[in-house]
Amino acid sequence: MSATKGWRSWLTTTDHKRIGLLYFWTAFVFFLIGGLEALIIRAQLARPGNTVVSAETFNQLFTMHGTTMVFLALMPLSAAFFNYIVPLQIGARDVAFPRLNAFSYWVFVLGGLLLNASWLLPHHPAPDAGWFGYANLTSREFSPGPNIDFWLLGLQILGVASLAAGFNFIVTILNLRAPGMKMMRLPVFSWMTLVTSFLIITAFPVITVALVLLMFDRFFGTHFYLTSAGGDPVLWQHLFWIFGHPEVYILILPAMGIVSEVLPTFARKPLFGYTVVVYSGVLIGFMGWGVWSHHMFSVGLGPIADSVFSATTMLIAVPTGVKIFNWLATLWGGQIRATSALHFAVGFIALFTIGGLSGVMHASPPADLQQTDTYFVVAHIHYVLFGGTVFGLFAGMYYWWPKMTGRLLGERLGKLHFWLMFVGMNLAFFPMHFIGLLGMPRRIYTYAPELGVAKLNLVSTVGAFLIGASILVFLINVWRTRKRGKVAGNDPWGGATLEWTIPSPPPPHNFDVIPTVASRLPRWSMTQLTAIPEGAELGKPHAPAGSWWPLVAACGLPVLALAPLTHTLWVAFLGAAILITGIYRWAFEPFEV
Amino acid sequence: MPPYRRHRWLTLLPLVLAACGGPFPQSALHPESDYARSLDALFHGIFWWAVLVFVLVESLLLFILLRYRQRAGAATPKPTHGHTVLEIAWTLAPALILVFIAVPTMRTIFATQQPPAFNALRIEVIGHQWWWEYRYPAAGIVTANELHVPVGRPVDLEISTADVIHSFWAPGLGGKRDLIPGHVNRITFTAESIGTFTGQCAEFCGESHANMRLRVAVESDSAFRAWLAGQGGLGRLAAKGSVEEKGRDAFRRYGCIACHTVTGVSAGVIGPNLTHVGSRTTIAAGVLPNTAEALARWIGDPPGVKPGARMPKLPMAPADLTALVAYLQSLK
Repeated sequence: MSATKGWRSWLTTTDHKRIGLLYFWTAFVFFLIGGLEALIIRAQLARPGNTVVSAETFNQLFTMHGTTMVFLALMPLSAAFFNYIVPLQIGARDVAFPRLNAFSYWVFVLGGLLLNASWLLPHHPAPDAGWFGYANLTSREFSPGPNIDFWLLGLQILGVASLAAGFNFIVTILNLRAPGMKMMRLPVFSWMTLVTSFLIITAFPVITVALVLLMFDRFFGTHFYLTSAGGDPVLWQHLFWIFGHPEVYILILPAMGIVSEVLPTFARKPLFGYTVVVYSGVLIGFMGWGVWSHHMFSVGLGPIADSVFSATTMLIAVPTGVKIFNWLATLWGGQIRATSALHFAVGFIALFTIGGLSGVMHASPPADLQQTDTYFVVAHIHYVLFGGTVFGLFAGMYYWWPKMTGRLLGERLGKLHFWLMFVGMNLAFFPMHFIGLLGMPRRIYTYAPELGVAKLNLVSTVGAFLIGASILVFLINVWRTRKRGKVAGNDPWGGATLEWTIPSPPPPHNFDVIPTVASRLPRWSMTQLTAIPEGAELGKPHAPAGSWWPLVAACGLPVLALAPLTHTLWVAFLGAAILITGIYRWAFEPFEV
Repeated sequence: MPPYRRHRWLTLLPLVLAACGGPFPQSALHPESDYARSLDALFHGIFWWAVLVFVLVESLLLFILLRYRQRAGAATPKPTHGHTVLEIAWTLAPALILVFIAVPTMRTIFATQQPPAFNALRIEVIGHQWWWEYRYPAAGIVTANELHVPVGRPVDLEISTADVIHSFWAPGLGGKRDLIPGHVNRITFTAESIGTFTGQCAEFCGESHANMRLRVAVESDSAFRAWLAGQGGLGRLAAKGSVEEKGRDAFRRYGCIACHTVTGVSAGVIGPNLTHVGSRTTIAAGVLPNTAEALARWIGDPPGVKPGARMPKLPMAPADLTALVAYLQSLK
């Protein structure tokens, strides 16, 4: 058995629950960093001609805000729930590849640290070409410093973490379901985890290729994105958005899954149209591949391409709308308990609807030509990714916190958190619709007072700081309830799914007896689950041993990245040696120690 | 010509916008060209559909939350699992709305990407970090940052870039279009009213992206012709012994000629053509007004005004700076 106490146990753990907690807290710290970056951005834009930060720093801040929130905060926060909750929901004792899971986590941490290390070097050469890093601004000619190198190497490393996790969860969900847990009995959150994982393993190779080409352009003088030898910067845009649009669904589908768990529990009604909700999630996943050029309507791809991508983009609104209506129907006729988790889930519906509607507006290319690259789009993505994903994730935190810690978060502070965040979010992002339509482009560190958008920008800044305050309330809530919070018991909410049949927090092996599932809502429709069936073979709980090797292997990647950053060849060999040693020892390590 | 429908939806939000003052010189909601108007009309249509769905969904949500709050002693709700007819209905309804959005969208896509009219005024727009170059090939004129076009005549902007990707956006006259290395893009429009429209680069293009602004002067036919005539030919000659002549010497001595063209004096092509810089209303890509004071500030410390600017900060004797400013201002 692996150690369960002390710091070593955290470095070597392969327990999906501990890895889930590691993911959660690491991602939350990155969420705070990304949030601070946003607050500095908003402070700078509070009035025209402000001088809180320089142009250079501002460009770094919005680049790192976007990169951090997408890759280091929202995706890993979803991954925290994949890790902690999915094995419990499907009645498994761990994920399919526990050591690969640890590897994913360590690669993620190290990639995030490498990316952010750029802030700490002399002259803080943080990435500064936007989270979308359009070629040819990212070429050596126009970005000679190491800024873009940090960005592309950091993302390359994070891609490895995401890919490993994606494969892991696909295998876990397909193979480790408890007896009787047919696919159409799978809780919707686990379903959305599956769809998201498929999107990850298909979308990340595309960005990986795009980044490899960029790396060759920057380090070896190739011209994939440079016109000087027949390359084309538009290639980058296609590759980036072929990844980037599925990425949007990678960010939103897990939150949709959470909402689909929270609403039924607190309405005391099964999810309305389970099959439709699942299939629309799958359909969104598929259709997400056919819409990428709607990010490129201003590129001038011609009327045919514009029409096709416009049509596919509008079509994707249909399954999305269907989900909203099914959630409303789930609440209809229910007995709605207004818990904090429900507040956030309902907030998701209210705010995501706005983001969806502004999305339909940019789906029309001619209309989009007045909106793209303005604050109108900044409003849109924040209604989707903050109003949607972040509200969904907080719904998940309030909902599963008791399962993960054994104690409930305070409801009073929880509601204060919700209302501060809800009001702050609308103050911060709703005015941006007008700011954009009134002519303010995004990604500008200063704007002319003549634009007439100063007051709207000030309102937006006030809203952003309210959001900051709401996050403080959440942290206070976490701190105050860590020892004194209400004890959760197995099931504080009366949930329908398997995770509520076991203690909170669950023992290392999760289930004493792997349950046999006979329904989509096992806790609501069956009673035998709590009792051990007559004559059942208990057996020795199979708990995977801890291992150092995933961590060692993970360390190889940032060392490899240091080679191009320092232009030193031997560092590459060192990194490769660490990586290979880690994998080799890991492969030949006995599974149970 | 269809009636103007601008401002219509703004009536919904008089409080918000009234509180924020105005006017909004860069607003996309004040279309003043055929192109901008067709985008605006499309946006209006979609906007109202969005308002309809918004009101429907949000009020339904509020109603449900109030109506179905948990009540003490209430029975467990009926476990409905779905309803086929409802599912089909709320799949078809949004799809139908989307048809009403898609049809005018497709029409507008093709209508706004027609080849330019035979009598269109062709102007080449070339993006630079961080300023705009405009060439009028028929008239043989090169200018910067302030575009002049005649009212009522089709204009064909042929847009490309000298370095990275930029995006030309003058919201009052139409939607934006990117300037991409290796590509030539096009914006065509016919301005419908006289006035000055501001705009700026909309695609992030590096350190001073925020300072890459532009102005479009829509003029009457005669005013435009007069402007064209004024922009041709040599830069104004400086009188012997005048301060302008000292300025011209400074222009040569400090190496300004390496980057800037003043026809008859220099032939640099890295920075904006300054042959008639005195006739512009702003300098430094619309960041500063074209006054002696602002010019001195700009020339004295370009990266201080526009971070990252390619124009270097040169140690310059105050007298030379004053003379140089006087010279540039004389180049009407």
